[in-house]
Amino acid sequence: MKHPPRQPVDAHGPHSPRRPPRLLLHGLLWSVAFIFLLPLVWMFTTSLMPEERSTSASLSPLPALIDDQGRPLSILEPRYYGALAEQAADNYSQVMQTPVADFRRYLRNSVIVAALSVSGMTISSAVAAYGFARIRWKGRDLLFTLVLATMMIPFTVVMAPQYLLFKHLDWIGTFRPLWIPAWFGGAFSIFLLRQFFLGIPRELDEAARIDGCGHFGIFCRIILPLSRPALTVVALLQFIWCWNEFVQPLIFLNHQDMYTAALGLQMFQSQHGGVPWTIVMAACVIIVLPIILVFLLAQRTLVQGIATQGLKE
Amino acid sequence: MPRFSAAMRDQADGLLWVSPWVIGFLAFMAVPAAMSAFYSFTDYALLEPPVWIGLDNYRAIASDKLFFLSLKNTLVYALGTVTLGTIVSLALALLLDQPLRGRDLVRAIVFLPTLVPIVAVSLGWMWIYNPNTGLINVTLRAVGVEHPPNWLGLPGLAMGSLIFMSLWMVGSAVVIYGAALRDVPVALREAAAIDGAGPVSRFWNVTLPMISPAVMFNVVMSIIWSLQVFAIPYIMTKGGPNNSTLVYSMYVFRSAFEYGRMGYASALAWLQLLVTLALTLGLLTLARRFVYYRAA
Repeated sequence: MKHPPRQPVDAHGPHSPRRPPRLLLHGLLWSVAFIFLLPLVWMFTTSLMPEERSTSASLSPLPALIDDQGRPLSILEPRYYGALAEQAADNYSQVMQTPVADFRRYLRNSVIVAALSVSGMTISSAVAAYGFARIRWKGRDLLFTLVLATMMIPFTVVMAPQYLLFKHLDWIGTFRPLWIPAWFGGAFSIFLLRQFFLGIPRELDEAARIDGCGHFGIFCRIILPLSRPALTVVALLQFIWCWNEFVQPLIFLNHQDMYTAALGLQMFQSQHGGVPWTIVMAACVIIVLPIILVFLLAQRTLVQGIATQGLKE
Repeated sequence: MPRFSAAMRDQADGLLWVSPWVIGFLAFMAVPAAMSAFYSFTDYALLEPPVWIGLDNYRAIASDKLFFLSLKNTLVYALGTVTLGTIVSLALALLLDQPLRGRDLVRAIVFLPTLVPIVAVSLGWMWIYNPNTGLINVTLRAVGVEHPPNWLGLPGLAMGSLIFMSLWMVGSAVVIYGAALRDVPVALREAAAIDGAGPVSRFWNVTLPMISPAVMFNVVMSIIWSLQVFAIPYIMTKGGPNNSTLVYSMYVFRSAFEYGRMGYASALAWLQLLVTLALTLGLLTLARRFVYYRAA
């Protein structure tokens, strides 16, 4: 991705008279961090608690635990953490082994759908983006405007007829409605890749053409290898989107065996009243974990990909 | 054999390369949207073929209390999330633009919630809002509030609670504003400072106009998204209490898949598209007057 040269960070200049005190700014900064982390931390600590926590009010981030003799354990004792790990393992295995929801299967389903959808989205968006970025043809810019405009169409408008279409094709209850459309590209991925392709010098195309390459050769040997960062962003965003998607699985899947993790989690909580919150939070942590991993591995790439959105004219 | 000119070959190649998108657009969007337009003039109960009834669906909508209620609820949600979201995300972006140690980490922390699956977000916040054992009410009781309210259970509060929680997910707007702020020339701010402009005046007269394209982009995107909101109220409140969080998409969903009225749902969906388009185009027209685009 092309970046403008970074400007000096201190925009106020060293002698600016009315600068807010630094201590205040630091305090604000870390309060923001605290507030934004709190819901996730709360989710995680709840998932470690004994079941009683679901019905008893407490602000303590760590549960009160007792040893074999029923004596309360202090959090300073090493044994406390052994008991905590046991408690946590108990909650998480309750999620994975609950008779009312097969989370192993849901996770596997999500992985299958995500793999099919990510590969399709990345490949076909790259192909379409090449057509929009590297070949001159009449109507190209108009059609590209249409690509961007489709981002405005609410899913509800196409929801009912898509359902009827997929029903007609006998796709309802299969994974197909969830991944086949991805093989035709997506507006945002095409936009992102087109912007990136436009930044690759055209002289490279010319050189390849002289060496006898057609569009396919240029695409495979020049454009794709040089676009690894942008392709990664598209793949990661599609993975996250697919992993998180709730509405489409809700509409297009009709059997519990086919549920994706997100849908399975919602059904687990809503259809079996009285699941303790500790267990629901443990299930949430399991679903969130792959996303956090992706985020930790690719935080910088992702944030830059999102920042590019605003460059749209 | 006819010889093709280079321009004609390019034309054919261009169309060939974008054809996957065109086919997908026709199959999964244009044709379904057109079918939806057709169904909106029919009575279609899913199991029987659609019957043409002209404008009857639209007439029924005009006297449907739930239509007006869900439209109002959605507009309230959109207005609340877009205005508060813009203020909060701009404030956060300005804070993160200061030369402070650790701001990259904090920026990442603010961005993180936007990636969390919406189901986990909704369940996590249901737990936080829980009237008896949730984080908010336990904290309120600890500081002496004797009867903190049931945030999601009172008709007057539920929508506000959903709007409040949407502020947790402003991370991508913050990132986009951050990128725009970095592009504001330092010389401009310094010139304004030398002319005696204070921080507030510098923000209104220099920074805000310079980042107005990003503001516009974020506002348009969040309007589009908030008008489609579905999963959060579907999971957290089921549209209740007393239909106070029945949003438009949920009403379309119910009409189509719970009441099996595909024709009626299609008419509702088309009105949603028209409202979205009208608001977006209206904003883009306004943008010509308020948004400052630097010559590239």
